[in-house]
Order: sequence, then C-alpha cells, then structure tokens
Amino acid sequence: MPHKRPTQEELEQRKIVGINLETVTDVQSTDFPGHYPGEDHAWDIERFKKGFSVEFHQNDPYEASFSLIGCDASIANAFRRIMIADVPTLAIENVFIWNNTSVIQDEVLAHRLGLIPFTGGREGLHDFLKWFKKPAEGEQPNCTDYNTVELSLDIRCEHNENADPNETDPTKLYHHAHVYAKDIVFKPIGRQAHYFSGENTIRPVNPDILIAKLRPGQEISLTMHMHKGIGSDHAKFSPVATASYRIMPTITITQPILGRDAEKFQKCFPKGVIGLQKVTAQEAAQKGSGYEGHEGELKAVVVDPKSDTVSREALRHEEFKDKVKLGRRRDHFIYLVESTGQWESDAIFLESVQHLKEKAKSLEKQLVNMVR
Amino acid sequence: MAARPDSGDVDMDDAPTSHQPEVKDDTMVDDEGDEVDEENEDDDEEEEEDVQRVKLLPGSTETAASFEFANEGHTLGNALRYVIMRNPDVEFCAYAIPHPSEAKMNVRIQTFEGTTAIQALEKGLRDIQELCDVVTDKFVGAAADFAQKKAASS
Repeated sequence: MPHKRPTQEELEQRKIVGINLETVTDVQSTDFPGHYPGEDHAWDIERFKKGFSVEFHQNDPYEASFSLIGCDASIANAFRRIMIADVPTLAIENVFIWNNTSVIQDEVLAHRLGLIPFTGGREGLHDFLKWFKKPAEGEQPNCTDYNTVELSLDIRCEHNENADPNETDPTKLYHHAHVYAKDIVFKPIGRQAHYFSGENTIRPVNPDILIAKLRPGQEISLTMHMHKGIGSDHAKFSPVATASYRIMPTITITQPILGRDAEKFQKCFPKGVIGLQKVTAQEAAQKGSGYEGHEGELKAVVVDPKSDTVSREALRHEEFKDKVKLGRRRDHFIYLVESTGQWESDAIFLESVQHLKEKAKSLEKQLVNMVR
Repeated sequence: MAARPDSGDVDMDDAPTSHQPEVKDDTMVDDEGDEVDEENEDDDEEEEEDVQRVKLLPGSTETAASFEFANEGHTLGNALRYVIMRNPDVEFCAYAIPHPSEAKMNVRIQTFEGTTAIQALEKGLRDIQELCDVVTDKFVGAAADFAQKKAASS
C-alpha cells in the first residue's frame, strides 16, 4: 500500500490532546519511529532545531515566564525537576548557638535560619564557592573560604529609656524586640572579601524576614556556616519558590456562537480569553458560514487561549454542544519560574539545561569506562 | 523459606540484594559524589571520578541489555528513554526505578540486529547533549530578543 504523506493539518492535529467533558484523548506522544507506517520519526538534531522555539512572556529577576515549543514532555519535565532539585544554592547549614535565652527553642531557631534565602555576588556564589565535603565520623570539617560562608547574629533586647510611659507597642517599648534577617552579619574570610564586598555582600534577599521576638534581658548569640547544597537534599537549597509548566490550551469554535450565547460563552472562560466581535457584512453574505442574516450581531472569538484554565465550564452547557472543542498542545510548555533571589530566574533554567548536559556527558564517559 | 529443590530460583538468603558494589556506609546516600565529579573536575577531588555509576545487569546480551544507574532518577530516566525510543534501530526501551528507597534507576534497551544496546545508550546520551545545546542557544536568543523588544517599547 503506497503511503500517503500527512497534510500540515494532520500534523498539527497530532499534537493536540483532546479534552472532553469527562474524558481526555490522545494523551501519549506519537513521534516515535514505527508509530506511523512509512514516516520517518528518527531523532535528528537538525529537525529538532527547526521545530523548536522559545518564547518569552516575562523576564524579571524574581519571576520569568516562557514557552518551550516543539519538545517532548520528558525533556520539559527533566528541566523542571532539575530546576527544583539539582541547581545548587548557598544556605545556612550549621548553626552554633552560644546563647539563646529567647522563647524560641534552639532547634526551631536553627531551622528558621536555614530557610532564609540569601543572595550576594553572582560570580562568587556560582564560580568561586565550591562544594563542602561532609566530614566522616570523628573527622574535623574542612571549612575554608571557598566552601564555607560565616555569618553571625548577636542581638540583645533592652528597655527603651526614651519610650512614652503609656506606650504598648513592644517594638517601641524595647530595643530589638523583633529580630529580623537584616540583623544577620556576614564576615568575609580570606578571598571572600574580593567576591562579596560592597553591593556583592552576602545578605538576605528580604531584610524584613522576622526570625524571633525578644523581651528585655533576652539574648540570641550565634554563628552560622553556609554551604552549597541542592534541593534534593533539603528544600532550603532549592533556587526556586516554584518552577512549573502548563500545557498550552487550545479552544476551537466549530460553529458560530452568537448574541446572548456569545456573552454567556465568554463568561465560561477567564477574563480576556474570549472576545466579542460584530459579524461583518461579508461574513453574513457568505453562504453556509452560519452567519447568514446575523450581520451586526456579536460573535464569540478566541483571543487568548494561553490564559485559559481549561475549567471545561463551556462543555457543561447544552447550547454550546458541538460548537466548541477544547484541547491542549502536547508540545507547548508554558513555564513559570519564580526565583528565591540567589539566581536570576532565567539563569536557573539555563543552569538546568547545562546540568542535564553535564549529567549525560559524565554518564557517557562512565559507559565508555564500563565497556573498557 | 528455602526454594523448592526442582526450581531454578536462587534461595532468598543467597540472592544478592543489589547489583551495585557494596557501599561502606549505606546510611549516607552519596548524593554529593556525582556533583563533585561535575563541578570540580580539575580540582583535587579526582578520586570521586572513579566511582562507577553505570552497570550492565546480568542476563544481558548484545542486542538486549539492562543497565543500572546509581544516583539517577526520573529526571534522566524519562528523558533518556525518550531519546532512545526515537532511535529507529531500537525495538524497545523503558526505564524503571525498582524501589523508591534505593537511589537506582534501570534502563532496558532491546535493539534490532546491526547495532548493540550499549551503542544505542551511548547515542541516547550524546543526543541529549546535542539537544541541550540547541535549547540553550534558542533560550539565550529568545531572552535577548525579549529584552530588546522591552527596551524598544519603554
């Protein structure tokens, strides 16, 4: 049987996951050799390059949103997982408590300190600082300027002599009633002074994070060691607050939705997804378009499918039956990366790509070793 | 319980718990070991480089083999499975994490005649590297375009 080449329309349709009222269809990828007889789906880097694109929607230091178009879910998911669990950051790992007379217990305080996100000179954080090797049992830790950052917090709450006698606000009544992240002091050691001074100093991303509350006479005195780590070890090391993707929704109006129905249809979707347009004279004149005799009436048009939440509300109403088809594009991933501040949000993604490459590279070397 | 005398099975007590070499301190999963390899390649931590993380599982033939990856998970497993499945010489490829509390990932590859499972795996790992380069290039390009457009409109 001679093979028929698929039309462009067919190729587009293959990428769509169907979303019905209660079911989904065509969920699996089909771009594998042998899936469609007579078609070549072998991996080819040139073909991938042609079909792949990146589109930015937002790129701010703490938040980036972009689309990867033309790649498989397994690849997109690998990048997402690496961003969360494998991109390293610096965080407080050891807390040496000299004195803590506050009401918050040592271990709780240490845990709170660990979760504070820090930032500083990017060059120093990413290139100069190296992994800290955990000492074996009974061995002395090897803390040096390139694997450990030292911080300290020394604070004591006192009465404020100048406070109004009728004052009831503890923050005015006492000095240092609240301990904030900005009270943490960074002490550069060795070459750290070169990488982390001035605007590059190691500091909390948000200076106003409340760490503890004190009353007069109470004191917190501690030293902290920061090490590099990864999110799979502890969530405090994760460089992102969230890194997630959605799959691009598609909305296809197959038959005209007009007048009151159009307004109701618009309300079935989040704001801005569906627009209302007047039916033009040209459309009304066209036979078989479904617009005949409706000139000037409002019709529903799809404006921004990306903002849709795919709630399927439109499918619940009898009047839209067979007039709309919902779906998702299987190869279009809309990422949202929220950085905690130690990395630029777009740099986290780039690092995740680099990480996957390094992983494959080192394993390729290992495989060659294994065969040898 | 001992295996029945007529069965070919290994007695449970004699069966190896794992095909990976014994780790001396098994309470510590050496997560950081591989990171050290990648980051400090030219550092004095060279000895970490020698830990063999890929193993061929017993029962493998030229064209049908199972590999065990230590300290890998779904991240690499699924991506690797996908690129290997895109190889027309591969008849079957799948990955599994046999037990969630063991940091191990298995990949099964069966190829048609003319190539070997090891070659298919090697090609898969190379394809991932090429893919990453393309993604990086396109991403950097798109970010620059976006910054330019934003600067022009403000």
